[in-house]
Amino acid sequence: MRFSLGKWLLPLYSALALIFLLTPIVYTFVFSFNDSVKSNIVWVGFTLDNWTNVCDAQGVCAAFVTSILVGVVATLIATVLGTLLAIALARYRFRGRSVISLLLFLPMATPEVVLGAGLAAQFLTAGVPKGLGTIIIAHALFCLSFVVVTVKARVASLDPALEEAGRDLYGSAFQVFTRITLPLLMPGIIAAALLSFALSFDDFIITRFNNGGVETFPVFVYTAAARGMPPEANVIASAVFILALVIVVVAQTTSAARRKRLARAQ
Amino acid sequence: MAAGAFAEAGADLELVGLHKRFPGFTAIEDLDLTIPAGSFFALLGPSGCGKTTTLRLVAGLEQPTSGRILIGGKDVTSVKSFKRPVNTVFQSYALFPHMTVLENVSFGLKRRGIADATGKAHEALRLVELDHLSARKPQQLSGGQQQRVALARAVVNRPALLLLDEPLGALDLKLRRQMQLELKAIQNEVGLTFLHVTHDQEEAMTMADTVAVMNKGQIEQMGAPEELYELPKTAFVANFLGQSNLFTGDVTNSKGDSIVVDIAGVKIEVPKDRAQRHTGEITIGVRPEKLMLHTEAPKKAPGVNILGPGRVTDVSFSGVSTQYQIAVPGIGLITVFAQNMVFGPVVNLGAEAWVSWTVDHGFGLLDEPEHTPKFSADTDTATIALQTRHELLAEIEEA
Amino acid sequence: MAFAAFGSTAGPVEQAPRRRSWVALVLLLPGLAYLALFFLTPLVSLVLTSFQEPVEFGDVGQFQQAFKIENYATVIEAYWPHFLRAFGYAIVATVAALLIGYPLAYFIGVKCRSKPLLQAMLLTLVIAPFFISFLLRTLAWKQLMADDTPLVQALKSLSVLPADGHLTGTAFSVIFGLTYNFLPFMTLPIYTTLERLDTRYLEAGADLYASPATTFWKVTLPLSLPGIVSGTLLTFIPASGDYINASSSFLGSAQTQMVGNAIEANFLGLLNYPEAAALSVILMGLILVIVGIYVRRTGTEDLL
Repeated sequence: MRFSLGKWLLPLYSALALIFLLTPIVYTFVFSFNDSVKSNIVWVGFTLDNWTNVCDAQGVCAAFVTSILVGVVATLIATVLGTLLAIALARYRFRGRSVISLLLFLPMATPEVVLGAGLAAQFLTAGVPKGLGTIIIAHALFCLSFVVVTVKARVASLDPALEEAGRDLYGSAFQVFTRITLPLLMPGIIAAALLSFALSFDDFIITRFNNGGVETFPVFVYTAAARGMPPEANVIASAVFILALVIVVVAQTTSAARRKRLARAQ
Repeated sequence: MAAGAFAEAGADLELVGLHKRFPGFTAIEDLDLTIPAGSFFALLGPSGCGKTTTLRLVAGLEQPTSGRILIGGKDVTSVKSFKRPVNTVFQSYALFPHMTVLENVSFGLKRRGIADATGKAHEALRLVELDHLSARKPQQLSGGQQQRVALARAVVNRPALLLLDEPLGALDLKLRRQMQLELKAIQNEVGLTFLHVTHDQEEAMTMADTVAVMNKGQIEQMGAPEELYELPKTAFVANFLGQSNLFTGDVTNSKGDSIVVDIAGVKIEVPKDRAQRHTGEITIGVRPEKLMLHTEAPKKAPGVNILGPGRVTDVSFSGVSTQYQIAVPGIGLITVFAQNMVFGPVVNLGAEAWVSWTVDHGFGLLDEPEHTPKFSADTDTATIALQTRHELLAEIEEA
Repeated sequence: MAFAAFGSTAGPVEQAPRRRSWVALVLLLPGLAYLALFFLTPLVSLVLTSFQEPVEFGDVGQFQQAFKIENYATVIEAYWPHFLRAFGYAIVATVAALLIGYPLAYFIGVKCRSKPLLQAMLLTLVIAPFFISFLLRTLAWKQLMADDTPLVQALKSLSVLPADGHLTGTAFSVIFGLTYNFLPFMTLPIYTTLERLDTRYLEAGADLYASPATTFWKVTLPLSLPGIVSGTLLTFIPASGDYINASSSFLGSAQTQMVGNAIEANFLGLLNYPEAAALSVILMGLILVIVGIYVRRTGTEDLL
């Protein structure tokens, strides 16, 4: 195509932008091999010890486990509630539908500090002690809107005739939902769950207002940033990064292979 | 086109030795074509025959692998699309969805800095009778209205050459017929050169002065619509443009103005000037509407070819005419279109029948017979299938 | 994919919903209850808190409900530079992210269309920063911009930076960090609209005498507007409320504090809940006003 600003300018610019995006990732990864003891700022030497003995740094593994726990529970809550909302919004017409859509958009348009401070003020007023439970409540809240948006797009792209065909072929409402609607929505629901886990796992700002001393991985990093970062934090971040990358690449290649198979079958 | 200037009249389009190869296949092979100024030229062919690629090459949306494109005698092969004196009515219309109808139509004029772009756009919209909708967005219009806006958007620029890429494909039949007439009227009125790409043979024939039938990246035959229909030169043209009954056999002798071809033992005459080849094994044909159907053996007469007897295997009524299928042993299925002059079918299903036609209506094809499937090759299974169907229908009725 | 969350309008036309609405009610109820309990009520209690006054002779952090509207005057007087910085930095970062993200999204979404594998790969690289801790990424930049790094030395030898200058702790580094951290949020929605952009419109532009540059301004850019609007919102909103980049342990200093820092310090450090709440309410209100005006001006209300 020749709608370009010169043949090489755009690819070059894009490459620079990508280098910009990836530089801190590479830095974090490289410094996970740094043979430093306390503050991981100056390159001392190469070692694998940080990777083989990740849990040696105090609290890092506990924080990691807490983050996983929070992520899984919050994702479950957000995905179930969000999927139901998405189906209702995309498939039914009722009064107040646009108000509800706006209500779902608002949490995304609210800065995290405000969400965090609001929940903290609420827990304070209600006298709820902050801890693991309040973190999960907060995470499920901000993940909910993202789940609704993701699943709603999937519901809207679903041909209603498929459900009608299911009912035509003697499926009860429940059977149609579990055997047709749900399987077809699955890719959207899985995508929403992954997104929501990623959001929860990396959240710091809202967590900070509601953790009450419980350390998630980002909270650990934040406190460590002031007193010196152990390289084990880089190890955990890098490992999570590689795992996530593998999941995405596998998902992409399998869906590409499926598409190719479909194309061949036609 | 020079900024601010309109083309005074249409221009010639000349394609010289054009090749276009895509990775993996050749879309156009050695295409030479001249379209005279002011004509309405149709490129007709099935999908994938290279007609749309030809159009895109002329528009400058693709670069030819080799060959030259001349518009009004000027070589535009390396001229960028937005500098060519050519406009296109796209198959998808490609009306800018974020602009109003008026903004769409005046877009090209404004780019070329033509004075009173808005006034001229209104004028063009009046031509297609849509000026009252000029403030609407394209998605608020019906398919036929969008098509007319797309036409106005192209015509308003008075290009030397207007390219139409199956612009009527998305319309329903009735609207399509109406638009065909309108397009033709507009072409008469503005006097531009139109290059129209279509796979609809009826559309090509009703609109164009000259039709070129394209197949596999090459032009099979070119000429006035009547000429192409009455005297197809290849089996592809004979069957793509309307329907034909084709028979293959050896030329046994020639007498006077005709040659005689042996079709499964029956002598069939074809005029010499309507046959592309006069010796060896050739394929001859006749259009179904040129055939007469008889229920008794017709008397042999000079200047008339007769085939039969056969059995009527299918009768389908289509309003204006009735279509008969007659299975003639050793020859195969023959299709006959008979005008509905009386009520009800003239010949009943299963009846014995003969067909005849005036020698002057036959034609002989250029194709090497081994490249054209013999017409009788698989007719037997077709006949069996039809007969089985009728037997089954009869059984059902009995039951 | 998860990118749908960043997508914009132009989805399939919504189907006419058909069934009984009590089913809808059952589907809606749990989610709405959750939102009411943990989103709407907190906003209300935030407003209530913002009017509280200290308990007489009470401990630090002890407040009682009142209608102390002066809290707002106090925080505006004390923190107006924080507001200015928050919105100033956020606007500059949003523009910078747009300038970096749009060409990138165009390259991936339009230029790489014929190579789906490359397209998928590049897209993965764009979202790659999501997979690694936000805080560690920001710390990485802090260390890359530290005073003794080759980058800073080079800038100093080129006299771009004075000999006693720093990169970290400046407005530049904070904006740099904001731009970096929200760049994927800008790029993805623009990518989704550009990826769907029908190139036949571009051909029509070329056919109608528009040069590639004109076609870009008149056709491509307006058609990708929904993506630009989503992208700028997804960048501007979190950037204006952010307090990580501007905090002293990351890329900022005492001179670069934004509203987020003030809210955090008041709420978690000074336990001055009413002032933190008042700041939050003002921030939220200002963002809603700015977003409202912006969306109306760009004519993309239906995006919401």
